[in-house]
Amino acid sequence: MAQISLPKNSEVNKGKYFKDKTGSKNIRKVNVYRWDPSTEENPRIDTYEVDMDNCPSKVLDILNKIKNEIDPTLAYRRSCAHGVCGSCAMNMGGKNGLACTKPHAEIDGDIDIYPLPHLKVKRDLIGDLDGLYKQYQSIEPWLKNNSSKDTTEIFQSKEDRAKLDGAYECIMCACCSTSCPSYWWNGDKYLGPAVLLQAYRWIVDSRDDERKARLKKVADELKLYRCHTILNCTSACPKGLNPAKAIAEIKKMLATANV
Amino acid sequence: MSSYNIIDHEYDVVVLGAGGSGLRAAVGLSEAGLKTACISKVFPTRSHTSAAQGGISAALGNMGEDDWRWHMYDTVKGADWLGDQDSIEYLCKEAPKAVLELEKYGVPFSRTDEGKIYQRPFGGMTKNYGNGIVQRTCAAADRTGHAILHTLYGQALKHNTEFFIEYFALDLLMKDGECKGLIAWNLNDGTIHRFRAHTVIIATGGYGKVYYSATSAHTCTGDGNAMVLRAGLPLQDMEFVQFHPTGIYGHGTLISEGVRGEGGYLVNSKGERFMERYAPNAKDLASRDVVSRSMSIEINEGRGVGKDQDHVHLHLSHLDKSVIENRLPGITEAARLFANVDVTKEPIPVVPTVHYNMGGIPTNYKAEVLTVNGSEKTVPGLMAIGEAACVSVHGANRLGSNSLIDLVVFGRAAAKRAAELIKPGAPHEEIPETETQKCLDRFDKLRNAQGDNSTAELRLAMQKTMQSKCAVFRTEKNLEEGVNEIRKTYESMDSISVKDRSLVFNTDLVETLEFDNLIRQAVTTVDSAYHRKESRGAHAREDYPNRDDKKFMQHTLAWCDGKDTKITYRPVHNSTLTNEVQYFPPQERVY
Repeated sequence: MAQISLPKNSEVNKGKYFKDKTGSKNIRKVNVYRWDPSTEENPRIDTYEVDMDNCPSKVLDILNKIKNEIDPTLAYRRSCAHGVCGSCAMNMGGKNGLACTKPHAEIDGDIDIYPLPHLKVKRDLIGDLDGLYKQYQSIEPWLKNNSSKDTTEIFQSKEDRAKLDGAYECIMCACCSTSCPSYWWNGDKYLGPAVLLQAYRWIVDSRDDERKARLKKVADELKLYRCHTILNCTSACPKGLNPAKAIAEIKKMLATANV
Repeated sequence: MSSYNIIDHEYDVVVLGAGGSGLRAAVGLSEAGLKTACISKVFPTRSHTSAAQGGISAALGNMGEDDWRWHMYDTVKGADWLGDQDSIEYLCKEAPKAVLELEKYGVPFSRTDEGKIYQRPFGGMTKNYGNGIVQRTCAAADRTGHAILHTLYGQALKHNTEFFIEYFALDLLMKDGECKGLIAWNLNDGTIHRFRAHTVIIATGGYGKVYYSATSAHTCTGDGNAMVLRAGLPLQDMEFVQFHPTGIYGHGTLISEGVRGEGGYLVNSKGERFMERYAPNAKDLASRDVVSRSMSIEINEGRGVGKDQDHVHLHLSHLDKSVIENRLPGITEAARLFANVDVTKEPIPVVPTVHYNMGGIPTNYKAEVLTVNGSEKTVPGLMAIGEAACVSVHGANRLGSNSLIDLVVFGRAAAKRAAELIKPGAPHEEIPETETQKCLDRFDKLRNAQGDNSTAELRLAMQKTMQSKCAVFRTEKNLEEGVNEIRKTYESMDSISVKDRSLVFNTDLVETLEFDNLIRQAVTTVDSAYHRKESRGAHAREDYPNRDDKKFMQHTLAWCDGKDTKITYRPVHNSTLTNEVQYFPPQERVY
C-alpha cells in the first residue's frame, strides 16, 4: 500500500485555553485555528470562553470580541461587516460562509472556526486566494465590445439584463470554490465554481461580442468539466447564488452551440 | 534607531488605494503608458466602494429632460454654498461621459423599457433649478457600487495594472515640500517596501471609523489623510461629517436613499410622515443633512419609535412587490439579516448614522493637492481623489449618488493630469534616508509598544467621544468637551500596547497604526467643528443656528501635529470654470 507522508507541520496541536474572566453565566467555547508562518511551530487550536450576554448575533462579532477583549493576536480578514465585500469568508461549524452574516445561534455546541478549506494558510484564519484571483484574471472579466462609437451607451433590453441577475452579484468570497471537492483536488487546473460563475456572467452579457471565444476558452476537460455536479458550491454561497446552475448552463451552451 | 531591510521600487506613479477612484485612476494611467503601481491594504474588490447602493448621478436625461447645469445647481445648493463651483462645474459636465464610459466597461446597469440606463430619483436632485424631482441617479439595482468596483477591477486587469495587495502604507516620502514616494509594509511576508514615484495619488477613502456607529467598513480609517497630516500638510473642511438618515438601528448597516427614491418614507411614533413638515416640497427626498436633523428633532422631542423611542421607521411595504424585488433586492437582504425585518410586511428601524466625510485632502479640480504657505499652491508630486480628497465638490453636505460620480470623474482627471506632468520613465531623485528612518521609527515604536492600554480600548474611547460630542447637533459646550476629551485619548497613546510580535499579518499592529491615523483625524475634526461658529450643511450648531456667509464662506484648513492643531481659512472659489454656466450666488437653502 502506498505510504503517504504529510509534512511535519501539518499536524494540528491543542493550543492555549483562554478562560472567561467576566464571570458570565452564559459562556460559549470557541475553538479557533491558529498558525503563524514566522514561527517554527505547528498549527494549533486555541479555545476561548466567550461571554455571550454581551455579544451581538454574528460570528464576526465573536471574533471581534475575542480580538478586542481577550487576544489581540488573532488574525482574520474583515471589512464591510454586512456581506458585500467578501473579506471574512471562513469555515464556521463545518460550513463555509461569511462571518459577518452567519448567526452564531445557528451553530450548535462549541463553535469551531477554521480558514476556508484546502487553501494554503497565510496566517490564522487568513487563506491564500492568490491562485483563485489568477484564475479570475484568466477568464478576462471585462466587456469586449467592438462598437467604435465612443459617446452613446450600448443598449440592452430588460430581458437581456435580467440574464445577469444571479451572476453579477458574486462577491468573490470563495466560499463556493473552497467547498468543492473537485476544486480541492484539481484547484490548479479546474477553474472552480466562483470563477466559472464569472465566466458565465460575461458569456451571457448581450453587450459582449466574444461569446463564442469565451465559450471555447473554458471548454476544457480540466477548466470546466471537472465539475461533477456535487452542488456544494450552491449550498455554500452566502449570497444565495447558484454557481452550479451557471456551470450547467455553460455545459449546455457548449453541447448545443456550434463553437 | 530601527533597522529593517528595505525593498526598493521605482514607478512613474503610485496609486494608494484600490477602490473606485484608485482603480479608475490606475486604468487611466496604464492607458497613458505610465508605469503604475496600485497599493492596497485589502484586495481591490473588498474596498468600501462595494457598499455603495443607490447609484451614480449624471444628467443623462434617460428618464425625462435633464441638464448638467441643473445637476450643478443641485450640488451647489446641497453643499450649502461651501463647494468650489469651478470643480462642481467640472464634475457635473464630465459626469455623463464618465457614466457612459463605465457602461462600456461593462457595468450591469438596470435598464429602461428602451434598453437605456435606468435612473432613479434621489435626495436633492431636481429639474430646472429646484422645480420638481428629476430622475438622475443611474443604478444597477441597489448594488451600484459593487457593480462599478468589480467592473473597474476587471478593467485594471485588462490593462495589466501592477497591484501590491495587502500592503499597508506607512508614510509619504517628502523632500523640500514635494512628494517623492511612500513606504509600505507587506502584510503577506512582513517586508518593508519603499516606492519612489514622480506622483503619488492618494485614494484611501474616508475615516468613518472615528465614530462609534457608522455605515463605514472596519477598514475606513483614512490612512492617506493621516499620512498627509504627518507630512506637514493640511486637511480641509473636516468638521463636515455626513450622517446618513437611514442606517439600521443598532447595527449601522446602510439602507440606501434609493428606498425613498423608489417611494419609501419615514414615519414617527405617531404614525406621521414627519418630513412633510420639514421639507414641504422634497419631503423624504430632501438633502441628507436636512433629513437627519429632522429625524433627530423627532427623536429628541419624544416622537421616536421603539422601547427607548430612539429611532424612526422607514416604510416600504406599500411599494409594488416587483419594485422591491427588482430594484431593492440588496436592502431586502440587509434588513432581513441585520434588523430581522421582512420589508414587504414591516418597516425598517433606522437612525442617522455616520456615512461620509465631505472633508479631506484639499485639491483643485485636476486632483492636485493644495496647501497654503503664504499663498495657495499645489504640492508637487501629490494628488488625492475620492472620499480622501476635498476638491471641494460636496462642500458642507454631499448629495446622495454624487460620491460614485466623484470617484470616476476625478479618478479620470488625476490620470489625465499625471499624463500631462510626467514623462514616462524619467529618472528619480535621491530621497534623504532621514525620511525613511522617521517613518520606520514610528513603525518600530508602535510595533514594540508595551503599555497598559489596548488599542481596542483607546479606539472605543475615541469613538464614544466623537459620537457624543461631535454629532448631528453641536454646541460650544459639547465641542469644547470633545476638544479636551479627544486629547486625553491621544495622550493615552503613550502607553498603548501591541501584543502581537509577528510581522506577518500582524493585524494587532495594523489596527494600532490605523488608530494612530484615526485619532489625528478625530482631533482635526472636532477642532475644526469647534472653530466654525455657524450652521452650514452637515455642521449644525445649536448656538449658531444660521449660516454666516460673511465670516464663514471659507474652507477650514487644519494642520495637526498629533494633538496640536493650527486652523486657518481659505476662501471658497466664487467663479465657474467656463462661460457655459454662471456662478450661483448664495441663497437661502430650503427643500
